[in-house]
Amino acid sequence: MEIVHILFLAFAALAVVAAFNVILQRNPIYSAIGLIVVLCSLAVLFLTLYAPFIAAMQVIVYAGAIMVLFVFVIMLLNIREEESKTDRQKYLKFLAAPLFLALLGMIAAVVKTVGNPAPRGTDQLGSVQTLAEGMFTKYVLPFEATSVLILMAIVGSMLLARREKAEDVERIEQALAASQEGAEATEKEEVAA
Amino acid sequence: MQSLFNSLDLQFVLGSLIKIAIFWIFIMLVVAYMVYAERRVLAVIQNRLGPNRVGWQGLLQPFADLIKFIFKEDLVPLAVNKALYMMAPVIVLVPAMMVLIVYPFGPEVPLPFGGVLSQLINDLTARVGLNWNVDLRTINLYITNFNVGLLYVFAMTSLGVYGIVIGGWASNSKYSLLGGLRSSAQMISYELAMSLSVVAVLIQIGTLDLNEIARGQGDWFGLRWNIFGGPTLAMLPSALIAFVIYLISAIAETNRVPFDLPEAETELVAGFHTEYSSLKFALFFMAEYVNMTTVSVLATTLFLGGWQGPFVEQFPWLGIVYFLAKVFFFLFLYIWLRGTLPRFRYDQLMNFGWKILLPVALFNIVLASVLGVLFL
Repeated sequence: MEIVHILFLAFAALAVVAAFNVILQRNPIYSAIGLIVVLCSLAVLFLTLYAPFIAAMQVIVYAGAIMVLFVFVIMLLNIREEESKTDRQKYLKFLAAPLFLALLGMIAAVVKTVGNPAPRGTDQLGSVQTLAEGMFTKYVLPFEATSVLILMAIVGSMLLARREKAEDVERIEQALAASQEGAEATEKEEVAA
Repeated sequence: MQSLFNSLDLQFVLGSLIKIAIFWIFIMLVVAYMVYAERRVLAVIQNRLGPNRVGWQGLLQPFADLIKFIFKEDLVPLAVNKALYMMAPVIVLVPAMMVLIVYPFGPEVPLPFGGVLSQLINDLTARVGLNWNVDLRTINLYITNFNVGLLYVFAMTSLGVYGIVIGGWASNSKYSLLGGLRSSAQMISYELAMSLSVVAVLIQIGTLDLNEIARGQGDWFGLRWNIFGGPTLAMLPSALIAFVIYLISAIAETNRVPFDLPEAETELVAGFHTEYSSLKFALFFMAEYVNMTTVSVLATTLFLGGWQGPFVEQFPWLGIVYFLAKVFFFLFLYIWLRGTLPRFRYDQLMNFGWKILLPVALFNIVLASVLGVLFL
């Protein structure tokens, strides 16, 4: 039992507990905080598996950027606790049980095929150099395709957010022109005074 | 059990804990005297005296302040979300403090009486049946050697936002909420420019390890700093642009004047920590100063050669002097700016971040890459 193993088990347990917290809390803020804890403990798991770069990226991108936006939106819209406790999706729970069992079976199968659940890597395996080499030589096509995909998502969201109807544009322009005239008029008055 | 105590892990953990304790006390002192220095320097700028009554020239003022913070009544407003309200100052301070472990204070230095000390430890542990083999003749002036140290710093600073947002929200006050929202928006925007600006330096030096970055700037009598282009003078333009962008976005990132919109007194009372009092307020305050130290340490290490300087090869202890001198220069810059600059308006701040700093930082990456391919 080395310290690395103790760390791995401790943070794996923390991740599971926090993940339950995410789905069991009624207040969305607490759920979001639970998710942040999950992401941070996953980062520690990456560290114990000798992948420091991925660990750092996990925290910077997921915990540091994406989750901030989540929390930001929850606070901006001031979403309160879920009030209705009635189960609207009452038929889904009959589906959930078999699906959960199937998931457990899958996890069991995977654990059985992998001999040692915590593979020993080296410092080189998860280093920036190794990762970059793989990304820009062997996997350059999937990497670039993913980039284009993300770019499409950004452009699409911009388009959706900024779509202005023709009459709206006209109305805004009229309002702008009116305010400008008003400003000029007051200026003239000031000059006259 | 025997094997656990004999293993290198335990020695590593114990050694790190001792180092952490020493560096932690040191940083707390720096923070305390930074507050004092800020008040005195601002006083000079504004042509008044500042705190000069507690101790000689007011040098004991930080301790008086601390005692006052501890003994103040800890008010918890009625309508707050109690759990989150209590947690927020801790969430701000802990990531800020965690960055401490990768500060590159200096090179490997000879420890006075190191040989005697290691002999003593080895003898003592041998007497209780362990066979440790500690060697303290030279020690490293950093707590850990992390090969993605820079990214670790960015990761931790990006977590600090949560404390501010959650604190602002949990206070259940309009000023706090607006301050928290402003702060998170500002920190997300300027974090981008800040992390993109350092890429130019990374192209020069080729590593993310802060200690390696400092070590790589030792030529030219300890003056071959990254701001001068590092390995080749041809990289000078991209390095200078990167330095300016980093400096501006670092100030915005720490919510300081002229970018202190989250705590603009005239409109938001005190921003996200309006409802906080006593020791909880002190924690927010401390976190802000620790974060200032962190960005100053990064600026020093990335651009101004870290602990490098003339004669460091011969006298390694000089390294920590150079390092602290450079860090204190940046900390002084903060105070200086606070004494001289007015505050931005919020839309100006956002426009500046997204429409000027970010495009320039992106362009600078292209410039640095081209120069790097041509000259490195």
